[in-house]
Amino acid sequence: MQRNPQLNENGELQHLLSIEGLPRDVLVRILDTAESFAGVTEREVKKVPLLRGKSVFNLFFEPSTRTRTTFEIAAKRLSADVINLNIAASSQTKGESLLDTVANLSAMQADIFIVRHSASGAPFLIARHVKLHEHVINAGDGRHAHPTQGLLDLFTIRHYKKDFSALTVAIVGDILHSRVARSLIHGLTILGVPEVRAIGPQTLLPTGVKALGVRVFHDMREGLRGADVVVMLRLQNERMRGALLPSAQEFNKHYGLTGDKLSAAKPDAIVMHPGPMNRGVEIDSGVADGPHSVILPQVTFGIAVRMAVMSMVAGA
Amino acid sequence: MSTRLPDAEKACEQLERELRPLVSAKTAMVGLYTGGAWLAERLHAVLGIEAPLGLMDIAFYRDDYAARGLKHDPKRTRIPFDVNGAELLLVDDVLYSGRTVRAAMNELFDYGRPSSIRLVVLADRGGRELPICAQHCGAKVQVPAGQRLRLKRGDDGRLALALEAEHAA
Repeated sequence: MQRNPQLNENGELQHLLSIEGLPRDVLVRILDTAESFAGVTEREVKKVPLLRGKSVFNLFFEPSTRTRTTFEIAAKRLSADVINLNIAASSQTKGESLLDTVANLSAMQADIFIVRHSASGAPFLIARHVKLHEHVINAGDGRHAHPTQGLLDLFTIRHYKKDFSALTVAIVGDILHSRVARSLIHGLTILGVPEVRAIGPQTLLPTGVKALGVRVFHDMREGLRGADVVVMLRLQNERMRGALLPSAQEFNKHYGLTGDKLSAAKPDAIVMHPGPMNRGVEIDSGVADGPHSVILPQVTFGIAVRMAVMSMVAGA
Repeated sequence: MSTRLPDAEKACEQLERELRPLVSAKTAMVGLYTGGAWLAERLHAVLGIEAPLGLMDIAFYRDDYAARGLKHDPKRTRIPFDVNGAELLLVDDVLYSGRTVRAAMNELFDYGRPSSIRLVVLADRGGRELPICAQHCGAKVQVPAGQRLRLKRGDDGRLALALEAEHAA
């Protein structure tokens, strides 16, 4: 059997490329480690010396503010040196290949590559070619995976709901284009969540979504009934090709989260969103800023989760 | 070859007698996971220390991370009092190389500047690799090569010292 490209021969996390295929104990260990790091982020001195002397390269071939910034903060809180590369404005536009870019950074003594790329699988390609002491973390590849976002979603759910074994989680909106949804669905399945629902119009649900073990709903109220966790996804206008939707207004009418639709979920349901939000499209301001929303805690937890992943791969 | 180990409960009582005259309004205690936390829970209660007990996992401050990576399941450090100006009692179960204590002091200083730190250990097995010593030590123990000394806590809460093979998990 071929070895999982994310694990070393001792079963330790060597790269983080996708949640899919991660053993349950590794997934739980990441969440537990993040829990310890959450303590560090609440202190006066928000820094530990673990990655002192290591270099973390933020390699973003696609624009991102939140993910890149939280990776940068996480690396700095681990005492690593962080180098941000604005690839869109550099070598790639001059025709350098992806592997040549990485080889050059490797020659500059990189330890961790944080990679975001519009092509699915790009971080896997890099991971296959880096040296043994170099580690790759996928910060989002095409429509494929966004494992640290999935992990921080899982961390958030565990923080508020404690236990995964009796939960109903509803994921709403543009699942077709969402690497966040795909990573989260795999994570929820690995952790034994009994009911994962995908809610959206047929045109925004990937074919074969049922094969991931989710129940599909086209009616939002029906899909939200009794849910413990509601995950709203951003309507990804920049990824839309062709006419998948009549209009954003039409989408909002059927699938935008309002207080009224949310009342179908459990009274203590939490509402999540990976950001950036389109207020008035997939989520109303009343809900985004309301008592069920845990959208800003998600961002804070994201730092602890990324500290956990970086310290685990760099120590493997 | 069998080594007679000191009675952990008796050693604990001796530490209690030694520490009692030192306790003041500025005294605070921090126990190191896992054995040191058990001992600290005991001492903190019997000594009636006012500041809530701090518990610390030094996983993020270890000096062997580069060689051994991150320890499995690190616990969350919780220091629920102001370290600045505190007279700290730092509690661990077994003092050996001194590296854990070095890491613990580094972590403590990221919380503030204590007015003093005294090291309290249940057992000292020698073998120091750093210039660190315990001000309060319940017992001195000779440990045979290839073995390590660990504190255990029974279901009834009783503490006991035990030897085990060095590479046991």
